[in-house]
Amino acid sequence: MELDRIRNFAIIAHIDHGKSTFADRILELTGAVSEREMREQLLDSMDLERERGITIKAQAVRVRWRNHFLNLIDTPGHVDFSYEVSRSLQACEGALLLVDASQGIEAQTLANAYLALDNDLEIVPVANKIDLPQADPDAAAAEIAQLVGESPERVLRISAKTGTGVGEVLDAIVERIPPPSGDPEAPARALVFDSSYDQYRGVVAFVRVVDGRFETREPLRAMVQGTSFEAEELGVMSPVREPVAALGAGEVGYVVTGLKDVSRLRVGDTLTSRRWPAAEPLPGYKDVKPMVFAGIFPTDSDEYPELRDALERLKLNDGSLSYEPETSQALGFGFRCGFLGLLHMEIVRERLEREFDLDLLITAPTVAYRATKRGGDVVEVHNPAEMPVELDLVEEPYVKASVIVPKDYVGPVMELANERRGTFDHLEYLSEERVLLSYALPLGEIVLDFYDQLKSRTRGYASFDYDLAGFQPGDLTRVDILVGGEQVDALSLIVHRDAAYERGRQLVERLRKEIPRQMFDVPVQAAIGSRVIARETIKARRKDVLAKCYGGDISRKRKLLEKQKKGKKRMKQVGGVEVPQEAFLAVLNLESDRKR
Amino acid sequence: MSVVRHLYVHLPFCAHRCGYCDFVTVVGRRSQHEAYVHALLAELALERDVLADRLDTVFLGGGTPTFTAPSELARLFAALPEAEELTVEANPETVTPGVARLLLDGRVTRVSLGAQSFRPHLLAVLERRAQPDDVRRAVYLLRDAGLDNVSLDLLYGIPGQSAADLESDLADALTLEPEHLSCYELEAKPGTRFTHAHGDELERQAEAMEGYFETVVDTLTGSGYRWYETANFCVEPDRADGRDLRARHNLAYWRGCDYLGVGVGAVSTVSGIRSRNLPGISAYMSALSAGDPPRREVEILDEQTRAGERLMLGLRLDEPLSIADVEGSLDSEALARLAAGGLVELTSNGDVDKLRLTRRGRFLGGGVTAELVELASA
Repeated sequence: MELDRIRNFAIIAHIDHGKSTFADRILELTGAVSEREMREQLLDSMDLERERGITIKAQAVRVRWRNHFLNLIDTPGHVDFSYEVSRSLQACEGALLLVDASQGIEAQTLANAYLALDNDLEIVPVANKIDLPQADPDAAAAEIAQLVGESPERVLRISAKTGTGVGEVLDAIVERIPPPSGDPEAPARALVFDSSYDQYRGVVAFVRVVDGRFETREPLRAMVQGTSFEAEELGVMSPVREPVAALGAGEVGYVVTGLKDVSRLRVGDTLTSRRWPAAEPLPGYKDVKPMVFAGIFPTDSDEYPELRDALERLKLNDGSLSYEPETSQALGFGFRCGFLGLLHMEIVRERLEREFDLDLLITAPTVAYRATKRGGDVVEVHNPAEMPVELDLVEEPYVKASVIVPKDYVGPVMELANERRGTFDHLEYLSEERVLLSYALPLGEIVLDFYDQLKSRTRGYASFDYDLAGFQPGDLTRVDILVGGEQVDALSLIVHRDAAYERGRQLVERLRKEIPRQMFDVPVQAAIGSRVIARETIKARRKDVLAKCYGGDISRKRKLLEKQKKGKKRMKQVGGVEVPQEAFLAVLNLESDRKR
Repeated sequence: MSVVRHLYVHLPFCAHRCGYCDFVTVVGRRSQHEAYVHALLAELALERDVLADRLDTVFLGGGTPTFTAPSELARLFAALPEAEELTVEANPETVTPGVARLLLDGRVTRVSLGAQSFRPHLLAVLERRAQPDDVRRAVYLLRDAGLDNVSLDLLYGIPGQSAADLESDLADALTLEPEHLSCYELEAKPGTRFTHAHGDELERQAEAMEGYFETVVDTLTGSGYRWYETANFCVEPDRADGRDLRARHNLAYWRGCDYLGVGVGAVSTVSGIRSRNLPGISAYMSALSAGDPPRREVEILDEQTRAGERLMLGLRLDEPLSIADVEGSLDSEALARLAAGGLVELTSNGDVDKLRLTRRGRFLGGGVTAELVELASA
């Protein structure tokens, strides 16, 4: 296929700014899908995506428009998947920047737009939802134009809902976005920008061919990971899989690999032919490392094998999920799981509970710390309870956070950022009304409830995005919780030294309320090392009497006792104390209590 | 075939149903009393060979047994097998000179009076019909008729009951010098009309009422009563001419003896089989009038379940329990832990190891029992 008849583009948009509806219109208008076949939001295939209105996994669709082939590469719309976004963008020559004309630009849009600019993509700005009465297309156009350095007249104005202007957008894609460059005669190279798992055919890779040509049954190799396989089938999505004999330079399509595990073919890797291999992989591959960790335990410890199987199956189509067995004295057998971010964690949890029908207990999320032990050994710590006590240095991951708010809310945002140990970087007026604030923040300070707090302190107006920005040393300490004199590993936390006393105090107070009174006095303590920094006592009960019992009630009373015994089994025993599962969530809820 | 020495007879009729009650009761239906007693006697005849010729105890419970038509009650007494202890439950307002005479003529040895409280406002909350003076009058009438074993039921933890109310109730009860007292914490069963009306208030009061049980035990033991079972007290033998005034019938339950129950909803436990007559008075009567036994729900108690029940029940008593009798259902780790914590007391009498709850253990009896019992199905 001639390169100048191909256009590869992505759509950058904030949640709810109409990307899926817009994509649907494109499919309709180009005849790729008839109206009858059109399910709403066809591109988002998982239920969860549909419900949350976000795209988790990217997909690629080929449509025809005015004798051109347009490849729409859909991108995941969340910061947790920013690496996948960057790979999708790398597969394109242009991007539509779709902004809700009634809302204006959001932080996430901004981050992805910058990413597109960094990748030298041609940006086609589009103001959507002009049919809404509250839309202000002129203001939105001005804001977008300023952002991408275009004139406001070049901002297209459309309504994906009614279809107004969608054809003009397709025209603009053909006219403004350059055709792919690439050398059809060079050794074959293709960028893997997404993959999915098909239970019958194994891993299906979505690729953008950069150089050369790939043919069916060709022996292939992923250049970074070194995985070898054969191209069992090549094809394009239109939008259903449509096999082709070959994929040439500039084209976007899929490769059926037959691999049984997505982790063997990672997003960002480069495919080449084993018969005539390329010398160098395409640039930009990163081994994405999970940054947020949490312990996942079955509520009923008998369900451990089910949880293990579920994680195994989930991992088949989620290469960024990592997990390893973890044993907690308090919670029993489970897994320490690594996630790209909070949304990723939430998605995994929901899928485990919904698709695998598991009842789970999840510990408070924590981040990856880098600890230098006395003697110089460096360990990465994913579980607060494993943080060594004798330390030379602890480093924690930082993020560069962007918050966009109406200017009246700058104060509350700064206050929140300061509470969370943020370092102010800069402030920028995007328009007369809207301000971009940029901060360096420890990731550990945002994993619990930063976003909720931000929303509540700005009446929902703030949008928020972040980028990982390396490790920095922190004055951090591990706080342990002891119940009945015994350490509860699942409740250990790592906090800044200045906050340790306050957090310890809040936590023991909360636990005193959550743990039912026992038959003996139970001390609840927070400690740094062997030094107790806070203490509460759960007073022993004064009475717990079996109600009256005569000949007619014996069976009923016995069954009540059996029920009580079963309830005890579900409680976790710590130091002879029955700790209800809710107590383990106390540390999670603590965050939302503070500063309210 | 074991020979059962304890008989329970259920008389379900009541003048009205109190809000907190969860027994099988039938309100009014005077026309049914005769037919019901017929059915009772028919069931008793069917089961007669299970019973010993001479029984240790018979207990007439309800309902309000003394609300039953006097002629029917008399007929029932006449037909009952002889027993050393014959207890009848009564509501104070039903006790008239005639009823008192009827009971004594019927060889009743013990009457259990549902006093519940002596505070008019608390009786109103409980929807009791008797007034405090009805309780007193009933006790005097029974005494005058010659009855020397009267038990009073009291409730504590009633919505709106202050600590002072409880103290007054105990004092008023003690003034009547009952041989026996049963003191129950009011149970607000989920789903009952009573809980619907008072549940929230009870929850608010829960903390304030935490010490009520201690008040009850301290007051009664301080007045010469023996706290012989979780909720039951009797005059110490040295103040009662050496008489053992514990309720022998109920003691049989707590010691795990077999018993036969007749009447609608009544439960029997004989040789490891527990059966419950189904509730539903019409079905009960029509089955028996056709010469058939009533429909029953049957539960087989295996050895571990029986041992578990013996432990659960035995721990309610102040007398030590032989460990060998409950071994299969006793969590020995929990036993050691609770003994170390001062909640359980281990005694050895020659070669028999026994256990019982300490005073503090008895106040925490529910939790302690749940720890100690190892149940098969748990």
